Amino acid sequence: MIGMLNATFVLGSYALTFAAIGLYTLRMLAQARRAARQVPPKDRPWT
Amino acid sequence: MTGSMTSTRNPAEEMQTDPTRDRAPTSTTFSRTLGLAALAGSGWLIVFGLFLSPNDRVQKTGVRIMYVHVPSAWLAYLAFIVTGLSSIAYLWKRTRSLTWDRIAGASAEVGVLFMGITLVSGSLWGRITWGTYWTWDARLTTTAFLFVTYVGYLAVRDLGGSQQQRAKRSAVLAVLAMLEVPLVHFSVTWWRPLHQNETVSDGKLSGLMLFTLFVGIIAFTLLYVWLVLHRQRVLALLDQVDDQGLDVAIAERRDEAIAAQEVPS
Repeated sequence: MIGMLNATFVLGSYALTFAAIGLYTLRMLAQARRAARQVPPKDRPWT
Repeated sequence: MTGSMTSTRNPAEEMQTDPTRDRAPTSTTFSRTLGLAALAGSGWLIVFGLFLSPNDRVQKTGVRIMYVHVPSAWLAYLAFIVTGLSSIAYLWKRTRSLTWDRIAGASAEVGVLFMGITLVSGSLWGRITWGTYWTWDARLTTTAFLFVTYVGYLAVRDLGGSQQQRAKRSAVLAVLAMLEVPLVHFSVTWWRPLHQNETVSDGKLSGLMLFTLFVGIIAFTLLYVWLVLHRQRVLALLDQVDDQGLDVAIAERRDEAIAAQEVPS
């Protein structure tokens, strides 16, 4: 178990790391949905 | 007149809508599998990094920041190198394709994200080990400079112009910016700053600590590949929207001209 010493900094670094990645991912997926409404599926070569 | 107006229909209106595809338009079976693996890897990293790995003799619990700090730094390096190599592939006439430009842009964006995480987590780690959030030593300064360079690269991508113009100017910048990566990496050897030297290659880590670090590196690498894969597809969609906007504008001007000719004098 994590000792209390400096636990705020340790937990803060993990929280900030995963929050940043999560927010970036959500923003990217929202942008993908908005853009996909204007592009026909035939123009998405990966599908 | 009404007959000529049909050509101004937005191409998006003509597309088939598939609700499943539109919920995750950049997903494929492969990317979903990769995403799940990245998620599982991140879960493992949290469990090992926060609970299972032992405390360090000197740094005590503060060493746990290493498991997010080092992998994010490694990923930022990788991302910027991929940006540089993709840019070279774009500049080389034989392989010139906007796909390379989009991979470069996507990788740089994800690299900036991970470099930001490196700076913030390093700052918190520095507060524990050095007693300060920031010091102008060689490693920290060159890292901050690298971060600012790639923020500038992303700004240059947004300057406007055609997709080819964007690709060319940003590719040149990316190739130059890639030269900074070894400068940052070897800064701890060349200038002997406050920042510690390489720990992994020196064999100073072992056992569960080394294993946890590798879990972090694998988890973040999977995350990086997943993010870049999706991001470059989003950029492809945005380029398509951009092209369609241009096509619609041209069709509208053409119809306006035809309509003006049909008006009886």
